[in-house]
Amino acid sequence: MRHIISILMENEPGALSRVAGLFSARGYNIESLTVATTEDATLSRMTIVTSGNDAVIEQIIKQLNKLIDVVKVLDLNDGKHIERELMLIKVKASASHRDEMKRMCDIFRGRIIDVTDGSFTIELTGSGHKLDAFIESLDKSAILETVRTGASGIGRGDRILKL
Amino acid sequence: MNQASITDQQDETTPQFTGAEILIKCLHAENVQFVFGYPGGAVLNIYDAIYQQDQFEHILVRHEQAALHAADAYARATGKVGVALVTSGPGATNAVTGIATAYMDSIPMVVISGQVPTYAIGEDAFQECDTVGITRPCVKHNFLIKDINDIAPVMKKAFHVAATGRPGPVLVDIPKDITATLNQFEYPETVEIRSYNPITKGHSGQIKKALKLLSEAKRPMVYTGGGVVLGNASEELTQFVRSLGLPTTSTLMGLGGFPATDKQSLGMLGMHGTYEANMAMQECDVLIAVGARFDDRVIGNPEHFLSRPRTIIHIDIDPSSISKRVKIDVPIVGDVKSVLADLNTLIETEKPVQNTAALADWMQQIEAWRGKRFSDFVLDNKLIKPQQVIKTLYEVTKGDAWITSDVGQHQMWAAQYYPFDKPRRWINSGGLGTMGVGLPYAMGVQLAYPDAQVACVTGEASIQMCIQELSTCQQYKLPIKVITLNNRYMGMVRQWQEFFYENRYSESYMNALPDFIKLAEAYGHVGIQVTNPADVEDAMKEAFGPKLKDRMVFMDIITDQSENVFPMVPNGKGLSEMITGKNS
Repeated sequence: MRHIISILMENEPGALSRVAGLFSARGYNIESLTVATTEDATLSRMTIVTSGNDAVIEQIIKQLNKLIDVVKVLDLNDGKHIERELMLIKVKASASHRDEMKRMCDIFRGRIIDVTDGSFTIELTGSGHKLDAFIESLDKSAILETVRTGASGIGRGDRILKL
Repeated sequence: MNQASITDQQDETTPQFTGAEILIKCLHAENVQFVFGYPGGAVLNIYDAIYQQDQFEHILVRHEQAALHAADAYARATGKVGVALVTSGPGATNAVTGIATAYMDSIPMVVISGQVPTYAIGEDAFQECDTVGITRPCVKHNFLIKDINDIAPVMKKAFHVAATGRPGPVLVDIPKDITATLNQFEYPETVEIRSYNPITKGHSGQIKKALKLLSEAKRPMVYTGGGVVLGNASEELTQFVRSLGLPTTSTLMGLGGFPATDKQSLGMLGMHGTYEANMAMQECDVLIAVGARFDDRVIGNPEHFLSRPRTIIHIDIDPSSISKRVKIDVPIVGDVKSVLADLNTLIETEKPVQNTAALADWMQQIEAWRGKRFSDFVLDNKLIKPQQVIKTLYEVTKGDAWITSDVGQHQMWAAQYYPFDKPRRWINSGGLGTMGVGLPYAMGVQLAYPDAQVACVTGEASIQMCIQELSTCQQYKLPIKVITLNNRYMGMVRQWQEFFYENRYSESYMNALPDFIKLAEAYGHVGIQVTNPADVEDAMKEAFGPKLKDRMVFMDIITDQSENVFPMVPNGKGLSEMITGKNS
């Protein structure tokens, strides 16, 4: 089963490779990984999307907690949560297709953030499924380039991951 | 005068030290007794500071790997943190095998490695390698010091992390320019790492539950591991086992944690465990695992193991060891010493009523298994049996020696035929299985206990992997006795090839062996070769006798080539599916 794991860790050089190294060394799967500094500059927040049965996920959480740089770990799937992913997608937008592309973008609540004679760059945020759906709704030959951040997640309501 | 100007004045008069001197002062503050190392370009400043101090002794090895193993053995034998010092690049890469060996067996160590100067890092400088990157998967934690102010706090953290929780090696990488920079020295008195707070006290509710299960059990069983030795919990374990009268088995790493000559001891379990231990492990109904981790060499095939219904209690300081390979019913996270002490207190206050009739039947069943005597061996009058050598070693040393071993058949025979009654007496590489550890391990132990009898049980293949250390043994006059079971084969490889590869002995024959006697003598030691079974005892007595008390003795004992280690649980099989050898 797919799990979103949130990690608070020391903002130290090498901390990212400790986590990434753990996953590769123990054969755990990483679907996506995002990381950036939090409002507290000494801490980084990482979101890892992984998959595995309950025993594997339990081991992943324990092994992460064992890393000295890791301060806190939360399996977001243990409760209600929100996940979002950002995609930047560059598509063909020649004169004949321009209006249709603009309409598709609006339907998915995307924003056109760069325009040339023949292309749009669209910014789209949502769940991974929504981004997938947008890609699938386009003609493959219209897609010039995509870049996705991988999911970031946060607990709903009072579920807070903090020091 | 205001506060600020007082501080300014103090700053001017406070003595300044180089980074290297600060590092040495940190080692003094940690009461380090020995530093095992090898100099090189990136650590010249540190070696210059070592030259000018006499609080600890530096032991110069002949290869960095041996420095790590010797520091590791010092830690295993004393319980203190072992310290090794190596240079950058090849110094650090040579150390990796030793670091990984210590990591797999959870040994507390601090490894200091030199690094090229900070301004040269990343430029492929001479003797540069990414030591922190290379060692990351095989250390508990590591640090690269980039600021002179960090030396003292990082060293404090390194010793703390290495020794607490589940112990392990910690590496500190120090660029050369940092060791030349001047600064003041102040060693922090306390250490706080917000992300590192190991749990030591076990949950009292879980401990109660465990005792209830064990009291009501019909076929209870205690299975102990290296955690008992590392956690100094032998006394607590012995009291616990004796007060409930439970049968006890130990992993290779836990030997000595409970007295092997006690009748409650079933000896070692696992791939080459005793018949009675493996059968009891398989057939028990309530199992308590103490500082052990259900690894592949211990329980064999986990599905076969779980095919019998059984309630499992597991005490371990590392939560990730619990339910890793086998689902645990009653997990108790905590320091084994503390949890066992709590259990003992509970037994004294609650005086639990045990199922004594069932327990008596169970012990009778175990005695029946033991009575099959699958561990017996038959002496030969022409060929020396390796088991005979170990048995003689036990008798001659009165069971009171410190035994190190290398890896292979000889290691298993030493574990099987030298019953350890005390913890820390049995020093070997269980997790990584590193051939070559035996001799440097013996060095670390002999330095820690200069008057003790230290024997390295090895094979003619393993000993050649760190044989250069015979020179170190000469320099420091270490009276180690090397017991080489020379069967001209990598014995364990040969055994597997015989059993599972239809006798195709691919590359396992040790051709072109040196004359070990001349080799030992060339290094200034005493060499004794034994070829006749009738001479084993006298030769051993000579080696351990008063005449050679202060000499290193290299015994080259020519043993039966065809001997195999039994019982054996073949890879992927269940514990009760043993090959029991000639007696069966």
